[in-house]
Amino acid sequence: MPIFVDRRLNPKDKSLGNRQRFLKRAREELKRSIRDRIRTGKIADVDSEHAVSMPARGTGEPSFSDAKDSGRRQHILPGNKHFAPGDRVPKPGQGGGGGSPGKTVSEDDFRFVLSREEVLDLFFEDLELPDMVKLNLKEILSFKPRRAGFAATGSPTNINVGRTMRNSHGRRIALRRPKQEELDAIAEQLAILEVEPQSAAPVRQRIAALREELERLERRRKRIAYVDPVDIRFNRFDAQPVPNANAVMFCLMDVSGSMGEREKDLAKRFFVLLHLFLKRRYDRTEIVFIRHTHEAQEVDEETFFYNTQSGGTVVSTALEEMHRIIEQRYPSKEWNIYAAQASDGDNFVTDSEGCIGLMDGQIMRLCQYFAYVEIIDERESHIFGSTDNGTSLWRAYSVVNQRWPNFQMSRIANAADIYPVFRQLFARQPVLQKSA
Amino acid sequence: MANQTSKSGQTSRSGQISKSTSKSGQTSKSGLLFSGSDWDFKTLSRAYEAIEAIAIEELHLDIYPVQMEIISSQQMLDAYSSVGMPLMYRHWSFGKHFLYQELLYRKGGRGLAYELVINSNPCIVYLMEENTMALQALVTAHAALGHNHFFKNNHLFRQWTDASAILSYLDFAKGYIARCEERHGVAAVEAILDAAHALMEQGVFRYRRPPKLSSERQREGVRERLEYEERSYNDLWRTLPPSKGGDNVGEKNSNIAERKKTLKLPEENLLYFLEKNSLVLEPWQREIVRIVRVVAQYFYPQRQTQVMNEGCATFVHYTLMNMLFDRGLISEGAMLEILRNHSNVIFQPGFDDPRFSGINPYALGLDMMQDIQRISTEPTAEDRDWFPDIAGNGNWRETLLDAWANHRDESFIRQYLSPALMRKWRFFILADAASEPHYEVASIHNERGYEKIRAGLAQSYDIGASRPDIQVVDVDLLGDRQLRLEHKVKNGIMLEEASRDATLRHIRTLWGYEVSLAAIDAQTGGRLNERSTSQIGE
Repeated sequence: MPIFVDRRLNPKDKSLGNRQRFLKRAREELKRSIRDRIRTGKIADVDSEHAVSMPARGTGEPSFSDAKDSGRRQHILPGNKHFAPGDRVPKPGQGGGGGSPGKTVSEDDFRFVLSREEVLDLFFEDLELPDMVKLNLKEILSFKPRRAGFAATGSPTNINVGRTMRNSHGRRIALRRPKQEELDAIAEQLAILEVEPQSAAPVRQRIAALREELERLERRRKRIAYVDPVDIRFNRFDAQPVPNANAVMFCLMDVSGSMGEREKDLAKRFFVLLHLFLKRRYDRTEIVFIRHTHEAQEVDEETFFYNTQSGGTVVSTALEEMHRIIEQRYPSKEWNIYAAQASDGDNFVTDSEGCIGLMDGQIMRLCQYFAYVEIIDERESHIFGSTDNGTSLWRAYSVVNQRWPNFQMSRIANAADIYPVFRQLFARQPVLQKSA
Repeated sequence: MANQTSKSGQTSRSGQISKSTSKSGQTSKSGLLFSGSDWDFKTLSRAYEAIEAIAIEELHLDIYPVQMEIISSQQMLDAYSSVGMPLMYRHWSFGKHFLYQELLYRKGGRGLAYELVINSNPCIVYLMEENTMALQALVTAHAALGHNHFFKNNHLFRQWTDASAILSYLDFAKGYIARCEERHGVAAVEAILDAAHALMEQGVFRYRRPPKLSSERQREGVRERLEYEERSYNDLWRTLPPSKGGDNVGEKNSNIAERKKTLKLPEENLLYFLEKNSLVLEPWQREIVRIVRVVAQYFYPQRQTQVMNEGCATFVHYTLMNMLFDRGLISEGAMLEILRNHSNVIFQPGFDDPRFSGINPYALGLDMMQDIQRISTEPTAEDRDWFPDIAGNGNWRETLLDAWANHRDESFIRQYLSPALMRKWRFFILADAASEPHYEVASIHNERGYEKIRAGLAQSYDIGASRPDIQVVDVDLLGDRQLRLEHKVKNGIMLEEASRDATLRHIRTLWGYEVSLAAIDAQTGGRLNERSTSQIGE
């Protein structure tokens, strides 16, 4: 008799530690891969699993091995069909040893999937988010169990007694389970008859018949259970997401010629972070992309990031377009409106006053939050520092910033500068949660 | 035979008593070990006992006690990535292998093994929970009896590995490395493990017999050693002038020959040499190098006996399953399923088939063993000529038991590969010279080629011959402490340069001083080139 051990219930993910070690080792390459993906992928896709290819650097396992392209060797192969000694077989073009001992795909050449958690970890690391915020963003929406009818399976604590007894009752009627009263009646008759001593033959027959009947009924009662497993019903619960309002996020970006690849990349990460935040907070988030030069238009994500347009820069057109869309599609009663604007700060000279007017008059009233980033050259970052001089748009928005607490603005030169723009958003988090 | 049947009859009757469901009642009435594809522990145990009884009675197998463990596919993947061992220390490379295996499995590129067997006492056999009962029976015969017998009886395993100690040793290793990580940081431990892993191939004794490892003594020894080193550590020693440190290496003026003798050079086991003689390793680092070396040594016999081990297991399961079927213990349906899986396992495409990926050890092993069975019972004139000692001796069981016990792949093929089998497999030799734009067919399966094919095939299974031969030849501990390695170049086959340089860097990590590797032509003794870590850079 061998010993049997059932290991199936042992803790899973025995190799998780090894996986983490491996990811740590490949961190830099994986980060680059995530960055590429943010550059090329959609904003909404950042928050999901992601297949990456095996990083080449840092994860090799070298050992002494023979060079394939030197020396003389023999291959012993099965399945000769027509060769005779002395026959020559041309080598396949690439990599000398081709047609001989099987060449399998190298173990270092494959793609694997990073979980959502791991993707976000790598993404956040680049942005230098504080840990509290990371935790907040990674948290998955909470669910509340809600009654949803009945089920035939479930845990004993959820038995619905009323339903169960109703089923049991119906089944007992249908299968004609003898009632206690019937048994009692027969027993009573028997008792009466048995009292009389030395009764006549018909009476004895009657007693025998009654006994038999009683026995039959009792057997039947035993066979047909009072409550059978098929009767049992359980309360069923559905996990329902905690109800949340909808949010719409406006991405506004200047796409005139002065916005290069670097600027667009930074802007995109800025949008991604806001989107992550919104997605966590709200059940349903929509993104509207508005690009502008001297005129603004709503476009899809692809066009937003990759199509360039030439022209001047009139920021107010974008704000007007945003206002128009809000009026049309996103009534502020039903939607939480967030806006993120990225620009290099250029604006048509006389337009900045108009922007202040628009913001003060309409937009800031409608918005939950408006974040503005001005993307500057890294070399400029220490020149500008925190001074208030700057581009015309910066000066105009500085005015808005003083009047509205839900307006945030910042200059960013690299990815790590993005987070401070949102700091207030995340700092307000506990308050928001209470009110939700 | 009669005894046999009645015994298995008894087991099925006892099954009937203990189980009341109608299904198993039917099972026992028809005399089958099981019916249907579901398994439970009672059926598994009944099947195991019937199989074991036949195996011992009919094939005279001699096995360790068996411990069967049921695992899920996830756990099987875990085991894959930690070189098939149930417990293993942590290292990133295992994570990488896991990702790779998982990918292959998820994509359907490769199925998982039905079983995994550990050379330990008791012999641990992992069974996948997804297997049907027929498969579990097949796997039981294959692993719990076939592999088990081979592990217990083959001389390589008897000599090189200690089946009863390996699990507790790995337990010790895992704990020890985890403690080192806590004390010295993951990165420091990883650096040593990376370097030691790179030398695993050069970390085995090929000729010398290693001392037995007993885990308790081992653990005790490590603790004492470390405690002693800590107790006796005195920073003063470091400041002594170097001339006095030379005592343990021999006389100061000793000539090279004497130096080599003291260090027992040349040394083929690089890990052993570094562990014993490295000047920069801390005690805990030495212990880690030692752990890697022990693991490498443990797997060394397995790599030398692939064809025999799998062949033995396959032969055993095939023979046993047929015997069970002949005795009416397995239904036709189950037997069909077993045969289908069996033929998948021993599938061998020809060299020009897109599915070809080398010679299938299951197929070659099984064919050779069945061939031995044929030669000893119904030999042809050719067989009598080639195998005068076993042809027609009628006792195939003893012949096979003897082969299983006393051979490794290389010697087994050299001894038993028959011309009939070479014709069946249509073997041929392709000579491949790197300088030529074409291969040349050197020999085929004909009268003139048999010997050459047999020798060539045996050679290709000789690990000693097919791995680069690299040895420590010299080091001047009192001088520049440069570690000199030598690579014996056979048939002009050089080392792959990128991985050679990377590996040399790893050796430098363990040695602490310059390391150089000279390529020496094995035939002429001429020096082909020399590479030193000072040329490589960090």
